[in-house]
Amino acid sequence: MQTTEVSSLTTSPPPTLAGQEILSVDGLSLSFGGVKALQHVSFSVEEGSVTSVIGPNGAGKTSLFNSISGFYTPSEGNVNFLGKNVNKIAPPDRAAMGMARTFQNIALFKGMTVLDNIKLGRHAHLKTNILEALFYFGPAQRTEAALRREIEEKIIDFLEIDHIRNSSVGALSYGLQKRVELARALAMQPKILLLDEPVAGMNREETEDMARFILDVKEEWGVTVLMVEHDMGLVMDISDHVVCLNFGQVITQGLPDEVQGHPDVISAYLGSGDVTALRKKFKEGR
Amino acid sequence: MRIGTAKENYTADEALFDTNIQRGWMIALMIALFALPFMTGQYAIYLVCLVMINIVSTTGLNILTGFTGLVSLGQAAFMGVGAYTVAIMEINLGTPFLLNLLIAGSGAALVGIVVGLPSLRVKGLYLAIATIAASVILHFIFANWTSMTGGVSGLSMPPASLFGLELVQPDQVYWIIMPITVLMLFGAANLFRTRIGRAFIAIRDRDISAEVLGIRLLRFKLLSFAISSFYAGVAGGLWAYFFRVITPESFPLLMSIFFLAAIIVGGMGSILGGILGATFMTMVPEILKMMVGVLSPIWPDAVAVMSPVRVVVFGALIIFFLIFEPDGLAEIWRNIRRFFHLWPFKT
Amino acid sequence: MDWLFFSEIGLAGIGTGGLYAVSGLAFVLIYKATRVVNMAIGEMMMMGAYIFIGFSVGLALPVWASIPLAVIVSGIMGGVIERAIIRPMLGENAISVFMVTIGLGSVLVGLVEIIWGADPRRLIEFVPSDPIFIGEAYLSPKVGYSFAVAAVIVGLFLVIFRTWRGGVALRATAGDQAAAYSMGINVPKVFSLVWIIAAMIAAVAGILVGSIGGVSPNMGVYGLSVLVVVIIGGLDSLLGALIAGIFVGLIETYAGAFLGGEYKMLATFSLLVFVLIVRPYGLFGTHEIERL
Repeated sequence: MQTTEVSSLTTSPPPTLAGQEILSVDGLSLSFGGVKALQHVSFSVEEGSVTSVIGPNGAGKTSLFNSISGFYTPSEGNVNFLGKNVNKIAPPDRAAMGMARTFQNIALFKGMTVLDNIKLGRHAHLKTNILEALFYFGPAQRTEAALRREIEEKIIDFLEIDHIRNSSVGALSYGLQKRVELARALAMQPKILLLDEPVAGMNREETEDMARFILDVKEEWGVTVLMVEHDMGLVMDISDHVVCLNFGQVITQGLPDEVQGHPDVISAYLGSGDVTALRKKFKEGR
Repeated sequence: MRIGTAKENYTADEALFDTNIQRGWMIALMIALFALPFMTGQYAIYLVCLVMINIVSTTGLNILTGFTGLVSLGQAAFMGVGAYTVAIMEINLGTPFLLNLLIAGSGAALVGIVVGLPSLRVKGLYLAIATIAASVILHFIFANWTSMTGGVSGLSMPPASLFGLELVQPDQVYWIIMPITVLMLFGAANLFRTRIGRAFIAIRDRDISAEVLGIRLLRFKLLSFAISSFYAGVAGGLWAYFFRVITPESFPLLMSIFFLAAIIVGGMGSILGGILGATFMTMVPEILKMMVGVLSPIWPDAVAVMSPVRVVVFGALIIFFLIFEPDGLAEIWRNIRRFFHLWPFKT
Repeated sequence: MDWLFFSEIGLAGIGTGGLYAVSGLAFVLIYKATRVVNMAIGEMMMMGAYIFIGFSVGLALPVWASIPLAVIVSGIMGGVIERAIIRPMLGENAISVFMVTIGLGSVLVGLVEIIWGADPRRLIEFVPSDPIFIGEAYLSPKVGYSFAVAAVIVGLFLVIFRTWRGGVALRATAGDQAAAYSMGINVPKVFSLVWIIAAMIAAVAGILVGSIGGVSPNMGVYGLSVLVVVIIGGLDSLLGALIAGIFVGLIETYAGAFLGGEYKMLATFSLLVFVLIVRPYGLFGTHEIERL
């Protein structure tokens, strides 16, 4: 297999666009029957940053993600992506605009190989029509070959999953599956990557690998990251901006250190009580 | 032991048959298909034609049910649409058979799209039942639109002609059926090397996350219905050229169950599975006939129970494979291949 | 329009509908408790009717003994079917189980043809033949008495389902299998029980239907109409099956009387398509995203 030196990743480092927001959530409310999952949530994600959403279980993090990717229709408020209100845009079209996401409980296609799963990521950007597909001539063949080359040289190589490219996804370990899911999201040529608990259930080593990948995605690929994560160590280490949710409301947001020390955050996580002790516990998490 | 499969570029790795041995087998198979009519009798060719027609239709159903995960019990009715289209065009217009088959496929595809329309709102069982409803309604149209379909007595049509030669006997019609079957099988295999086939599988496995990847569910579900019914329509057209008498009873619900059984026995979501399943299921009655031949001296009633036994065997095969080998004959075949690839080492 | 004729047809329709309701009950019972879509319901009815023939003609037993025996044997068969081919599919996706029942239907048809032959047969007459008049309207005695039996069965069943302990276990299982299991309900036993009861109800329905129109191995087609009934009523709604049963019976009979016999199925299936488009989860069904 030819996977010769891909010394420089073809993506150029991102032009510094700090300060420009790529995604913003504006007064978002969502309710299921009488349950208010989200109430007037507002925050924005700057282009080229890693933004994390934290909060205890049931705080509404996943509901927030599902609203952003278009599965839930908010009862109030707006989601803006690339300066455009996307409230009325269906999930597949948001994906085509450059919004990629992974799922908390891995949503890979078990019956397919790793390679096919990653290729699926490019779906929205491919144009092969049915006749080209049936006869597999010219354009279809070229498209597939180019896609394969790009996936091999950029994504598989980058995420160090070349040894499993032809394995069936179902047979892989949890950590590897998470990595394949990230690979698939990257194949979508995203402008923003929504990661739902990227390191949940991973051991120390796998978590560190993932942290490295996320930072590389941000720095080398120039992709903005928005993630939901419980691992405080990871969040504090790699985030540029942290949003803390509780009971469907933003209780505070800001730089990691500010959020980490905020008394409301600590009491949200651990109930009210001895703040000093809890703060110490947080620090140990790092 | 299989060795030396190193490749020089990605295109080679993406090829349908990626080793020389595989390509060699393919060429041998093609030669065999071309030599067949000169080597066997009319009855064997008759069976081969029947198998091939069933392979086309089964492959179509496999695209819809095996690969996209949408159960359909309308495949026989879609075949009927194709068969009637061919017969009507051949009788009234006398257009060339290739055009007729193409229009038969397209007509069936259109009907398929209409039947698939509920697929965004309803899933699974409800959709399967919508396809049963479609079969019933189509059957009604076949039986009652007398001016077009000849009503209950059906239609008899002239044979296809190729360069002025009338194709009457099985070994003549074979030259239409065989190339089209081969072409359509390659088409199906190619489909799953591209974004369209991958989208189908994604819809089957988890349709919510398919949406996140930018796959428009309704469009691709309808596309799957269209392709599947196109295959059924062409198969029905071939069927019409083969038997040349079409009645509303030619395409009963039982036939749809036959195709469903074929993909289950052969292997859902595998092109090879469709081929194996259709072949196997078409040959079951033949095998039973042979057994009857052996048994009849001892048990004179054997001939009488032949047809019900066939029905029992169909059902029993469906149940057996679903319980014991859900991946079907294709999986058994893969295991055999794996064994030889690794031989003399044990897996 | 002849008002008397119209109401006579209506009565016949309600009678037919009563049988649909009972058959639908057998279907819904299985679906509610085990989430199995039983495509073999028509074949199970047919089997019951043929077993009745086996006892009443084959063994020449009196009718009053043949009916209970046929129902009991059908129940045993239901249990065997559950144990042999449904239980192994536990936990498999619904699509596979659905197809297993299609296979089952095929096997039952073949078995009946092997044992009793493919020709249509009539059941021994056991329904009183004095004509029934409701007001001035004539009702065929077979249809009338069948409807009465159907009504009794449905009533009995509903009482049992609501009050008896097993009925409670069954409803609990229907609600949440895992939770019922952890509460000490023997879920596999409930599954067996449900298949046994459903097979018995199907057998009664089959004998009643057979007593009106005779039986043949093609009776599975009747199962398709039952499918229409349960879809219209809502797959998991007993009440829905009853109401939709009557409704479909009426539509079918009117279509048959005013348009011609061949329009019967067209009418019911067109209705089905309409319901699927307008209200896919039926009139009374629980709206759920079902993955199949």
